[in-house]
Formats: sequence, C-alpha cells, structure tokens
Amino acid sequence: MKEERITIGRALKEGDLFTRLSALIMGAGLLGHRQMLKGILVFLIEVAFCLYMIMSGFHSLAQLPSLGTEAQGKVWNEAKQIYEYSTGDNSQQILLAGVVACFVIAAIAVLWVLQLRHSYALQRMVERGEKVPTLRDDIASLFNGNLHITLMSLPCLGILVFNVVPLVYMITMAFTTYSKEGGHLVLFDWDGLNQFVRVLNMNGNVGRQFWHVLAWTVTWAVFATFLNYILGMALAMVINRKDTKAKGFWRFCFVLSIAVPQFVTLMIMNIMLQPSGAVNVLLQNLGLITEPIPFWTNTMLARVTIIGINLWVGIPYTMLQVTGILQNIPAELYEAAKMDGAGPVRIFFKITLPYMLFVTMPYLISSFVGNINNFNVIYLLSGGGPTRVGDTAGQTDLLVTWLYKLTIDQQYYNLGAVIGIMTFVILTVVTLVTYRNSSSYKNEEAFM
Amino acid sequence: MDTQVAKNKLSPRRRVINLLVHALLAVLALIWVLPIVWIVLTSFRAEPGAYTKTFLPQGYTLNNYVKLLTDRNVLNFPRMFNNTLIISIFSCTISTFFVLSVAYSLSRMRFGFRKPYMNLAMILGLFPGFMTMVAQYFILKAMGLTEGSSIRIGLIVVYCACTGLGFQISKGFFDTIPRSIDEAAVMDGATQWQVFTRITLPLSKPIVIYTVMTSFMAPWVDFIFAKVLCRANASQFTVAIGLWNMLQKEYIYQWYTCFAAGAVLISIPIAILFLYMQQFYVEGMSGAVKG
Repeated sequence: MKEERITIGRALKEGDLFTRLSALIMGAGLLGHRQMLKGILVFLIEVAFCLYMIMSGFHSLAQLPSLGTEAQGKVWNEAKQIYEYSTGDNSQQILLAGVVACFVIAAIAVLWVLQLRHSYALQRMVERGEKVPTLRDDIASLFNGNLHITLMSLPCLGILVFNVVPLVYMITMAFTTYSKEGGHLVLFDWDGLNQFVRVLNMNGNVGRQFWHVLAWTVTWAVFATFLNYILGMALAMVINRKDTKAKGFWRFCFVLSIAVPQFVTLMIMNIMLQPSGAVNVLLQNLGLITEPIPFWTNTMLARVTIIGINLWVGIPYTMLQVTGILQNIPAELYEAAKMDGAGPVRIFFKITLPYMLFVTMPYLISSFVGNINNFNVIYLLSGGGPTRVGDTAGQTDLLVTWLYKLTIDQQYYNLGAVIGIMTFVILTVVTLVTYRNSSSYKNEEAFM
Repeated sequence: MDTQVAKNKLSPRRRVINLLVHALLAVLALIWVLPIVWIVLTSFRAEPGAYTKTFLPQGYTLNNYVKLLTDRNVLNFPRMFNNTLIISIFSCTISTFFVLSVAYSLSRMRFGFRKPYMNLAMILGLFPGFMTMVAQYFILKAMGLTEGSSIRIGLIVVYCACTGLGFQISKGFFDTIPRSIDEAAVMDGATQWQVFTRITLPLSKPIVIYTVMTSFMAPWVDFIFAKVLCRANASQFTVAIGLWNMLQKEYIYQWYTCFAAGAVLISIPIAILFLYMQQFYVEGMSGAVKG
C-alpha cells in the first residue's frame, strides 16, 4: 500500500466499475468491495447532503452575492384594518447560512476524495487477493493504529463549528456594510475594501483612532511583557539568593495574589483607585496628598496605573515560571564567569539573561500575544477611558477592547471585524519576526 | 584566605546588603498582600457602600455573608452558584477529555494531519478571542441555545468547544514520558487505547489534575462570554456576572460589601486549588518550554 500514492486521477483511470461509480454514487466502491456498512453510511451521508442542498443549500448560496434585497415591508390590509408586516430578508442570517453552506460543500468534497481513494485501495487489495478489513477490524483499528481519529474527531468538530466557522463568518463581515451606521443592521450589502480603507486612512476620524489605539496597544504590550519579565525574574533571583531567609514565606506572599481570580482583583483595584477609593483615602489620611489623585481620568496617569497594576498581577506569575528554569542554568557557566572576574551585573547580562531569553522565547512570544489581546485588564480597570467626546475608542483602549466596544456596544460589526483582522495581521508579523530572529530558532543547540 | 573568611563570617557589607534585600522583600510583600487583606476586611465591614472615609472598617459583622447567601430577591447568589457549578462540572468533564485526547494524539501518534493541525492551532490562537464571540452567539442562536435554561447548554458548549486548541502544556508533559514504556506495552500486545488509558494517563497524574482544575475554574472566572450569552436572563447568571453586577451603579451602595464577601468565598476554593496545583503548573511549563 505504501509504495505508491493513490491519487484521484489514478483511481478514476484504473478503477473498476465500482470505484468509478463511487465518483457519482458515494460509497458504491465500498459496497462493491465488501465493506457494506461503511458504504451504506457514506451513501446515506451523500443523500443527506443532496437533501440539504435542495432544501436550503442552493438557496443559501444563491442569496450570498446579494445578501438579500427585500426590506421588511408594511402593507395596509384594508379588510382587517391593520398593517401587515412581511418578513424581509435578514442579511446576517443569509451570510451565516451561506458560510455554513460553503463549509458543508467543502466537507463533502473531502469525504468524496477520501471515499474514492479508499475504494480504489480496496479494489487493489481484492485484486491482489488480500483480506479486506472487516467492520470489526476497522473498529479495532480505531482503538489502535487509528486512535487519533477516535480521539480527535470531536475536538476537531468543536473547533470547526465554534472557532473556524465563526472566524470565517466574522472575516466576511469585514467586507460588508453590516453596521448601525447608516442603519444597515437588518439588510446589508457587500462593501469591498471600503472599511479597510477607512480604518487605515490616517486623516479620517476612524483612522485617526485606529492609529492611536494601535500605538498604545504596542506600547502597552512591550511594557507589560518586558517589565513583567525582567522584574519577575529579578524577584525570583532575589528570593533564590543563597543568603535570603524564609524563601517559602516570601514566595507564598506573592503567589497568594495569583490565587485570587484575576477579574476579582482587577475590579477591586478599580474601586480602590477611584477618587474616593481606599488608596486616595489612605494617602489623604496620612496627609501625603490633599486632592485625590485622578487615576482613571488623566490619560497619562491611567496608562501608567494600568501598566503598574498589570505588574502587580503579572510579576508573581513570572516569578513562579522562571524559578525552575533559573535553577537549571548550568553552574559551570557561573563558575567560569567568576573565575574570569565578572561581577554580578555582568554575569546577569552575559549569562543569566541570554540563557533565560533562549529558553523562554516561546513563552515570551506567547505572553506578548496574550498582552496584545489582554481584554480583562483594560476592560475591568479603566474600561478604555478616558474617552474623548465623539470617539468610540478611549485613550487606554487596546485593539481588542475597542473591537468589543465596536461590536457589542456600538454594533459596528464591519468595523469590528476589520479591527480583528488587523490585530491578527500585526500579531502574525510580530510573532514571525521575533521567532525568526530569536536565538532559539537560529541556533537550537546554543546552550545544550 | 581572605575570601574564605568572608564566606564563613558575613562581612559587614554583606550584612547590610542582606538587611536591605529583606527590607525590600518586606515592602514588596506588603504591596502584594495589602489589597487582599483589605478585601477580606471589607467583607466583614459593617458600614455599607463602596467608599468610606477610613481605610480600616469602623465595625465588623458577618451580615454581608448572610445577606449574600440568603437574599434571593435582587441578586440571587445561591442560584448563580448552582448555575456555575452545573456548567463547570459538565464543561470540565468534556474539556478534560478533549485536551488530553488531542495532546496524546499529537504527542504519540503520527498522521498526516498532525503538523497542519499544530500550525492551525497556532494561527487560530493569534486571532483575538472576542472576534469569534459575536459569531458564536449567532450560531448558538441559530441552534436555539440562547433562550431560557438552554443558555446553560450554550455556555457549556462555548467553554468546551475550542479547548482542543489548548493542548500545548499537556503535550509537553506527554513528550517527556519515555516512549520505550509505550513500546514495551505494545510488544506485550497492548493497543494504543490501552497504552493511553492504562499507561500514559496514570503516569501523567499531575497534568491530568492540572487540566481538570483549570477547566473546572474557567466558568468561575470568565464573565465576558457569560455576559454576552446571558444578556438580561438573570436566572441564568453565573457567579462572575453576579459579582460584576454588584459593582454596577444601581447596586454598588447596597452590595459592595457583599461583593467583597462573594469574592472571598469564591477565592478560597480557587486559592486552595491553585496552591495545590502550582507544582504541576511549573512542571508542565518547563516540560512545554523544553519540548
């Protein structure tokens, strides 16, 4: 079986009657080559597919180019003396049905290829006089050689239905007029790249906000990731010092803060830093300040506060994660450096940091991605504010929180989708560039 | 000789440094512990309202806990607790199965779809999670899972459907188990299913516990999906939405101290789980990083 690849072309050219027939009637090849039940099952799937296409599939696809034309109508019924409403087209449902239909067709195409190849393979087994696997054999192999099929079918189905389909659906929305702006919430149309132009155009109102938000998102992610990393590592090293007493106690103090659910801590921090919140009260009682500090209403201060609180949340995590890795650094490296007369600072920058960067690069990249998409911290702390009048994005909004506001609060679905796509593009570029330039990619054996 | 002496008896300079380091740690620890202490104190505070004139409470009471657990009229905390418990039991079972299955398949089996799947998982991870939220809502709506008590099913589906993408830590752990053990079992006639259930899983207790606990905790700490899905259906609220609601303008004066009590109540089990789980987390992390 392994000596040659079975292609569709070969299967059609060299297949016998049953194999060729299965190009039209799916499952025929399996039925004809002693795999009755599987054949019937595949055939039933084809029947179900045909029924689906006739009942709604073709209709869904046909409506996809126009996304529906008929607005909800209101007709005066003379006899009953009332207005009668005709149900108009709902573009959002049409788009969803269309996307689903495309996925169903793609799935059936995959099944078509698989069953065709399989029936040709079976045909050759019959020709060579080999034993065709029975149903019992097939089921047994699902728990042995083909266990991955058993294990991964459901998870993959879940990902397909609740991640891939929604994603494609949202991406298509970026190319439509689906938005509260102009009242396109029920009936909307394809819009080409107009929304992308709007978002990228620096002179427009939306474009200006986009570049502002983008700049802050990147600044935030850089600060949040690297400050957390460096300071967390420093804390871990201070606690791990040979002379530090009661290591377990210190670690416990910091770890305690992770144990409280993050959204609870963030909401508490938000309240504590309000003008009449605990922090201002404490500082006023101590006589350090007279006026409350405007933590959330001053742009600069709000940004600094957010980064600071994120440090509070993040440093213990980093400490926890790097402790084990720090202890893995080969002691010879340190001894050699000491022999050469290097001081602690030099040792840190020449040995510890490069080693840590090398080992934790994947973690750093994923935490950078996590910070770009860090919804909770911004949403629960500042809610994106302070917001300038007329803007949808606040001064501390990240692309994700802006995306949330645009879709959930404002119902500008198309703009939201564009922002989502832009976030993805930025993340892809950042990930690829950092990963390609990182030493763990270039030189895999550096420290091994 | 001099350095020998310095090592045995702390030199004055090192003593000063040690003192400074410990003082620094004490200040930092205070910064980290203070907010937690404050919230615990607030949960016992007698005066209502979010903002008070003093940092420490004037009087202490247990009424906040009593009100939280017995008031069923305005914000029904016991029912929210029940909702969340049901959701998390189901979603925990399903997602643990999903995560471990995918991780085992990717770690041990070799098939054509393996690399594409891992790449796809990475790409999907780069999209902001909230981008799919609206679309997921529409899909659940088309399935009829957005009204009444079927919201629960909808939430369970949302919480477990995509967990197959979060296989990295478990896979890293499975990768560290020597393959020779599997091979020996296969020689003795074990099927892959038996290797998975009788050998790999028992050997991976830490990561199994870690997966169970993280997936159990997810519904307790997520509030944004729950909020979008529940909208105004107060009977379906989860604990997280309830706590969030307590801080909204209309409730905050009456409910702030109860919020603190609720936060303490759900933090205690999570804190215990977390402190217990921390060792596995570190093990899984270093495994994942190495692999």
